[in-house]
Amino acid sequence: MALSEKNLGEKVNKALGVNPQDAKLTKTYLSLAFIVLFIGGVLGLAQGLNRAGLFNLPSWFDYYQTLTAHGILMLLVFTTLFMVGYFYAGISHVLGGLIPITRKLGWIALASALLGTVLVAVTIIAGDASVMYTFYPPMQASPWFYIGLVFLVVAIWLSAFGVFINARDWKKKNKGQHLPLLAYFAVGAFLLVFSASILVTVEVLTLIPWAFGWTETVNVMVSRTLFWGFGHTLVNVWYFTAVSAWYVAVPKLIGGKGFSDSLTRLVVILMVVLNIPGGFHHQIIDPAITEGWKFAHVFMSLSIAFPSLMTAFAMFAVFEKVGRKNGGKGLLGWLKKLPWGDVRFLAPFIAMAAFIPGGAGGIAQTNHHLNQVVHNSLWVTGHFHLTVGVTVALTFFGIIYWLVPHISGRTLTPKLNKLGVIQTVLWTVGMIFMSGAMHWVGLLGSPRRTSYSTYGDNATALEWEPYLFFLAIGGTLLMIAVAMITYICFHLMFKAPKGHTEFPVAETDGTANTPKWTQRWGLVVAMLIVILAMGYVMPLTEMIFNGPPGSPPIRTW
Amino acid sequence: MKFHRAEEIFLVIGVAILVLSMVITGYQGFAKQMGPPSGMETLDPEKVDEHELFSEPGVYEVGENKYQVVMTLQAFQFTPNNIEIPAGAEVEFIMTSKDVIHGFQVAGTNLNAMVMPGYIQRIKQTFDEPGEFLVLCNEYCGIGHQLMGTTITVK
Repeated sequence: MALSEKNLGEKVNKALGVNPQDAKLTKTYLSLAFIVLFIGGVLGLAQGLNRAGLFNLPSWFDYYQTLTAHGILMLLVFTTLFMVGYFYAGISHVLGGLIPITRKLGWIALASALLGTVLVAVTIIAGDASVMYTFYPPMQASPWFYIGLVFLVVAIWLSAFGVFINARDWKKKNKGQHLPLLAYFAVGAFLLVFSASILVTVEVLTLIPWAFGWTETVNVMVSRTLFWGFGHTLVNVWYFTAVSAWYVAVPKLIGGKGFSDSLTRLVVILMVVLNIPGGFHHQIIDPAITEGWKFAHVFMSLSIAFPSLMTAFAMFAVFEKVGRKNGGKGLLGWLKKLPWGDVRFLAPFIAMAAFIPGGAGGIAQTNHHLNQVVHNSLWVTGHFHLTVGVTVALTFFGIIYWLVPHISGRTLTPKLNKLGVIQTVLWTVGMIFMSGAMHWVGLLGSPRRTSYSTYGDNATALEWEPYLFFLAIGGTLLMIAVAMITYICFHLMFKAPKGHTEFPVAETDGTANTPKWTQRWGLVVAMLIVILAMGYVMPLTEMIFNGPPGSPPIRTW
Repeated sequence: MKFHRAEEIFLVIGVAILVLSMVITGYQGFAKQMGPPSGMETLDPEKVDEHELFSEPGVYEVGENKYQVVMTLQAFQFTPNNIEIPAGAEVEFIMTSKDVIHGFQVAGTNLNAMVMPGYIQRIKQTFDEPGEFLVLCNEYCGIGHQLMGTTITVK
């Protein structure tokens, strides 16, 4: 009985086109992603409790080791693994299976990512790399930490090449046709992460010989600038990944149609072209960049908001149509007719809603002297826990409920859906507590990346304590939610009842009206290079040729 | 590629808000001199003690109720520390780092600047009200980062 069920399941999968080899690749990526998320969550909780003065971290794994590991695991490893697993399953579905070379690149990329993660983790645990995920020189980590980062970047490159090669292969076989929208998103997202990672590669390749002692000094400002060209873009790449699911999967899940095909592709192009120079807004109160250039970069940072405004309109247009089709009346009556009990909708919806305050906070803090008010305070930590921690993470969680059953030939039961709804609510409440407290106490001046301190019982610092307590409460709720989503992911992968779950791809108005130039990636790359050059060539030239003597390596922990 | 009429209106309003925020930022930054600290002067980070400005860090009166605080930052202290100045004084902080990247932040004010090895940062503030202000390093700088703080007392 069990055997025949299994055979039937496989046959159904085959008939419906889930390539078992591709499914295996994505299952491996997602399993590892959620193990990493769990470890990162435990580390996050430890920090939250420490920060509130409730918990002392041991000397063999102190606050700054915890923070470095949490940042790298959550921002770099979890997100990369999820992105590759998700997009590879996506292009396998919309392009009719991965071609063998792409699948092979996917596995090699995974090996590279794991090797990189192990090197980074070992150096952090050994106490040789308490440098945060930003690793600003002249603070110097073990050279093996930087080598680990190289392997992580190589993983990004290999998986990007896999996507490009597969898309190109499809275009050859389907001459004159537009790449399916999800594959178009994949190419855009990987193009952006690939371009940005070139900057950090240049940085890391100058740090390795310096860390080994082969070169004496390093240019601190150039390193920092190259890092942020990558660092901020990286965050937006995860957002990009989340947005692809909003446009492609969410409309289908709620029984609607996708928004305009051509405008969606325009959003993709704008996100690729405009993103990288935005990194400068992390350096608004730095020396070595003139006020004029900083102002130019305020413009560049704000321009990223434009495609997000388009996305906001598109999403609510889709929701309104569905709500009205379901019988919603009046100005806002359609809101009631949306499938709120379906976690596959609820999670990404809250993710989108969180981007309204998240994006607004981003716009505020990218403006010059408003940035000066909050720079390096806990406000910033609160900001990215809203954008990455809710907008990106909740969308990723929302994807799990259909992607994992799809690739493992199982179904989402009503019971598990309910558990998912509870998880989503818990996560949201946890983030409201934590991110809310961080924003507020940040405005009062409490710094980020600092372990518990009263600065010698200073009255100002003591006033922050109640807020930090709320931060710890939020962190605790989040840890429970992390444990739940990890359980849900593995349950859907190995335990849920067998059956068929489709990969949701919404219909759009079709590609008949989509301009041909949206297919010209050469043009997109050219625009990207022009904007990158406009943003970076002059300031970097100034830093290199008029900069001070470099700094020798220093270890301060 | 056609935009819906409502979408056009929405986008125009959105962009207008972004432009307005830029105009205000530009006006305050350039016309009102409220721009962020952007020190362009350089020095050798390994020879800070020999530099004409930083060989003697301290608080200096440079005019009528005008002060300069010449300050070096290093793991994990501000030099000078426990600064005292009279109420109503306009204070210019002139800073550099002797080792890694530090942050200079005074809670309850808008004083906030990254202080990097090799560069001189300048930032001004007028302290009108008497009181004690907490000064802290807001860029992770090592194992004792959370201890890097001092005070400014306005009398």
